[in-house]
Amino acid sequence: MSRIAKRFAKLKAENRAALVTFITAGDPDRATSQALLDGMPAAGADIIELGMPFTDPMADGPVIELAAGRALKAGGSLRQTLEMVTAFRKTDAETPVILMGYYNPVYAWGPEKFAKDAAQAGVDGLIIVDLPPEEADELVPFLRAAGIDFIVLTTPTSDDARLPVVLANASGFVYYVSIAGITGTASAAQAAIDEAVARIRRHTGLPVCVGFGIKAPAQAAEIARVADGAVVGSAIVSVLADNIGKSGAVSAPLALVKDLAAGVRGARK
Amino acid sequence: MQSLNTYRAGPDERGHFGIFGGRYVAETLMPLILEVEKAYGAAKADPAFQAEFRSLLAQYVGRPNPLYFARRLTEAFGGAKVFLKREDLNHTGAHKINNCIGQILLARRMGKQRIIAETGAGQHGVATATVCALFGMRCVIYMGATDIERQMPNVYRMKLLGAEVKPVTSGAATLKDAMNDALRDWVSNVTDTYYLIGTVAGPHPYPAMVRDFQSVIGEEVRDQIMAQEGRLPDSLVACIGGGSNAMGLFHPFLDDKSVRIIGVEAAGHGLDKLHAASLTGGKPGVLHGNRTYLLQDADGQIAEAHSISAGLDYPGIGPEHSWLHETGRVEYVSVTDDEAVVAFQQCTRLEGIIPALESSHAIAHAAKLTPGLPKDHLMVVNLSGRGDKDVSTIAKALGDEHLGGLV
Repeated sequence: MSRIAKRFAKLKAENRAALVTFITAGDPDRATSQALLDGMPAAGADIIELGMPFTDPMADGPVIELAAGRALKAGGSLRQTLEMVTAFRKTDAETPVILMGYYNPVYAWGPEKFAKDAAQAGVDGLIIVDLPPEEADELVPFLRAAGIDFIVLTTPTSDDARLPVVLANASGFVYYVSIAGITGTASAAQAAIDEAVARIRRHTGLPVCVGFGIKAPAQAAEIARVADGAVVGSAIVSVLADNIGKSGAVSAPLALVKDLAAGVRGARK
Repeated sequence: MQSLNTYRAGPDERGHFGIFGGRYVAETLMPLILEVEKAYGAAKADPAFQAEFRSLLAQYVGRPNPLYFARRLTEAFGGAKVFLKREDLNHTGAHKINNCIGQILLARRMGKQRIIAETGAGQHGVATATVCALFGMRCVIYMGATDIERQMPNVYRMKLLGAEVKPVTSGAATLKDAMNDALRDWVSNVTDTYYLIGTVAGPHPYPAMVRDFQSVIGEEVRDQIMAQEGRLPDSLVACIGGGSNAMGLFHPFLDDKSVRIIGVEAAGHGLDKLHAASLTGGKPGVLHGNRTYLLQDADGQIAEAHSISAGLDYPGIGPEHSWLHETGRVEYVSVTDDEAVVAFQQCTRLEGIIPALESSHAIAHAAKLTPGLPKDHLMVVNLSGRGDKDVSTIAKALGDEHLGGLV
């Protein structure tokens, strides 16, 4: 059983949803980012998404875009991202790590080789924002062969006709992008999320995590009542950005993760 | 070189030209992209749509524009007969309007009320703002802050036409960054907004659709040169940023094996320095919805392009050009900033035509190519736009002491 499947089985037994946290690898520098990554499980992150920095993050808002810029400026790269996962695995063998980003760096690495190298580093899943099902064939078979889950994104524009097309490639869990928009901006109405999650569940038995626009513990708790996971990215990265060069660069974002985890853990009680 | 029966059949049903093209976009946009594809397929086959498109090209854009025999440039270059396809004489001053007419009709057909676009030199922004004024649609133009500074006259034109010009400050604040922000807008406004892409790039069906709308250029050239010279041209030369003016000129001639076809990229400060020559200096990658040649580093990070011409200042190129490059049907070369500035002055002084800096790249290559060619060689150079917008850039490039003499 994969780390992702094991993690959701465990959470199911505990009757709670996952807190999925996102940071950009190498932001604002390798050491800070590694400390943050390594500290995530203890702070309450159940699954970690690690952003692969890219020069042109077209689906991201300013917070994540700036984070990618900081990481690249400090020498961040796909190689460094994999090295960070390798280092993380020395401290944690159970928490799933999902790499999230854009296709070009993976394409430049070579899809087949990347799948092998990522698996070797201890990566469990991959989210590629700009690789819809129409183009996914060039990567997904290599991921499957390497034992890495291809986490698909469904959106408010994925209707009942579109969902089966998107879900055909899915494994691990399904990521519901709760707004038609970019990261770190608007938040969806809870009623719309409830309805969308219910609709996705009619099409798949995979766990459903919800992201985009979730900023506060109370919001994460609302999501955790209906979904299998709440994804928080920009809010954490934002706290990091406010603390760069200060003593709180690692502790302040982790404090937010603790609050979010408390919200998610209390949701179904 | 592989030889095909036809070079005009692409893309395939998935929008691929060989390995290039495709639809590499966020899932949020996919249903919309599929809707655009379906709507364009229906419009293309609809005689009423085509009739309205042709009528606006004639009555509003002023087509056909001339294929002008440039006698003095021909004499100065000392070889082939050089003809200029006068896209600069179109309403709004460049080829961009051809595509905008086609796409605004499509957007209206799809019931969209809000139009967004990216622009580099501002020519596509002006053309988009123009058709939005004509059809009473809301218009938002994304433009890099660097480009806003160097193409100020076009910014004023867009605003006068009623468009909102949104400055983009990320990256090098040029065309690539403007396209990122236009995509961010589109993903956030999927219901009412149509993205009017200005070149033969982006996700399928844009590369094919923009090419189809621009192909009027090559179709006219074919008729005109037959009427004027009684035979097909021997060569075609056009500048390439994304490559829409070039694709429009080239596509109707791709299967005429006797016609040598040459695309000219921007070599900026030189190919060993900062430039925008994606085919010469790049490798295949995925950006802005398609796989194509891109300037990038070993990690797949997109490099900053540079060209004195804002319209060529883009690290990618349309996917069909990448395919034509790999099949060998089209030759791709490059011209530096300095060479383009010289050609700009030559065309201005010898022909009394101020060419766009973009088009000056094509003229500069024609100058290099013609001396070795026979006097009866017929060369068509696409004068894709007029250069009024570039006067301050040229003045700066030449230095203040030349300013009085030039302007």
